[in-house]
Amino acid sequence: MSKNVYVYAEQRDGVFQKVAYELIGKAKELAQDLDQKVVAVALGDKITHAAKELFSYGADQVIVVDHPTLLEYLTEPFTKAMYAVIKAKDPEIVLYGATAIGRDLAPRVSARVHTGLTADCTKLEIDAETKGLMMTRPAFGGNIMATIICPDYRPQMATVRPGVMKALEKDASQTGEVEVFDAGLSENDVNLKIREVVKETKKVADITEAKVLVSGGRGIGGAEGFAALKELADELGGEISSSRACVDAGWIIRDHQVGQTGKTVRPDAYIACGISGAIQHAAGMEDSELIIAINKNNTAPIFDIADVGIVGDVDVIVPKLTEALKKIKG
Amino acid sequence: MKNILVCVKQVPDTTEVKLDPKTGTLIRDGVPSIINPDDKAGIEIALQLKEKTGAKVTVLSMGPMQADIAMREALAMGCDEAVLLSGREFAGSDTWATSSAIAAAIKNLPYDLIIAGRQAIDGDTAQVGPQIAEHLNIPHISYVADANVEGDTLVVKRDFEDRYHMIEAKTPLLLTALGETTEPRYMSVGGIYDAYREKEVKVWSYEDVKDNVDPANLGLKGSPTRVKKSFTKPVKAAGVLHEDVSADEAVDLIISKLQEKYII
Repeated sequence: MSKNVYVYAEQRDGVFQKVAYELIGKAKELAQDLDQKVVAVALGDKITHAAKELFSYGADQVIVVDHPTLLEYLTEPFTKAMYAVIKAKDPEIVLYGATAIGRDLAPRVSARVHTGLTADCTKLEIDAETKGLMMTRPAFGGNIMATIICPDYRPQMATVRPGVMKALEKDASQTGEVEVFDAGLSENDVNLKIREVVKETKKVADITEAKVLVSGGRGIGGAEGFAALKELADELGGEISSSRACVDAGWIIRDHQVGQTGKTVRPDAYIACGISGAIQHAAGMEDSELIIAINKNNTAPIFDIADVGIVGDVDVIVPKLTEALKKIKG
Repeated sequence: MKNILVCVKQVPDTTEVKLDPKTGTLIRDGVPSIINPDDKAGIEIALQLKEKTGAKVTVLSMGPMQADIAMREALAMGCDEAVLLSGREFAGSDTWATSSAIAAAIKNLPYDLIIAGRQAIDGDTAQVGPQIAEHLNIPHISYVADANVEGDTLVVKRDFEDRYHMIEAKTPLLLTALGETTEPRYMSVGGIYDAYREKEVKVWSYEDVKDNVDPANLGLKGSPTRVKKSFTKPVKAAGVLHEDVSADEAVDLIISKLQEKYII
């Protein structure tokens, strides 16, 4: 019988990604409702030692497939490894981060295993009656939410947007033995050749990690508008982010984009400057602890979700706010 | 490379969808149907490869008969042939059943390279492309920003958020294309003429693909996942809107709120 909640613990260059810890945190809740365990699965090359870290974030068991073919992400060796683990262990649930890797690996695995997969979930819960996984996700460009179930196939699988679930506090006292699993990988599984790996040298802060985001929309008027937002963000110890409109207009690079097709963020404070707040944008930031919106148009949808709405001119208010903060700091 | 297949989906332009403020339901009337943007980028990549290699480009879609217009648009952009897989047997498919059906159709067609869009804007799953490749038992590369031919090798730029890989691959191969990095061409006037007068959209039904797929894997009954319910998001309690405040008053309001929440 299928059992336990599995998490694909994504690593890059031997470093586990934040989303892996977030998924373990969520898996802990689901496993409690099922009276089962959380199992983290790490795939990589020489990562067995680093994988111990997964215990301290809440994993009850850690399984590692450690093989040279798993050094850089390639679909086939990773799929084969994950498939072998699933076939051997028969999980009830498998969760993946909805990253460029998770969204490549999970569909391929689902097709090979012949089970369902629900993409980009924002909410996961156990149905009290059926004990099945209820997977809720935005659909139709964020206009509606849909709850998906997978009643007749196991494992139930989902990808989960980074930044949506909450990781547990690290507890270094939690530890255990890593199980090294042989997935039968060989060089023959490498069916594509990586000619070159180019790491982006541009230093872009990860907006999903920021405590404060000062975010610009079409209303800031142009690329130069972000300079004033950056000054304000610096005063608040935060970062700048953006609506899709500014990215499409070429005012700022895509890494800063918040929303349905960008990143999901939930900082302590989100200051929306000149952002109208279309539903696609709101989908990526509405869970922020505090939302402050400044916009000239008093009917902008952003005001429907803002805690504090200011009808006014961003070009005037933002620099004054930065100055005022400087004075407070002395 | 002789044959390139491009998988496309006709989708409602979700950026044009509005919610009825009274009932909270989707207003679908008057929402235009378009070729999914990532798929259109896939068409563009295919046409560029066609220009370099002389390959024939066939566009393939699954959907209702209304998708004919999307197929004509693809032909008018420069695709050579079009196949539309249509029938009630395919209705209600999730990504698993959709990919099973499309893979069954592809088994009837010659191909070296298959290109799909990364994801469709109505579902945003990004699952169908990789699942088609698995059903066909061929490799895939998703999140493709660029693809070029060097002899008998494809060189593909694959995006990974904090890095990209330059990957060398042989055919057969499936790629999923990113819309943001490829600007699709417009239909030409001659192309539009040909699309409606010279070229045909072949319509295939279940009968045309039944030898390639178990009917238990198609449609709603072949779908491992089910939609249990759909709903509009609960509206968050509105905050306070300040309409007639000076810039200085606005600054004071914001600062006091930031202090109240211990941001500063």
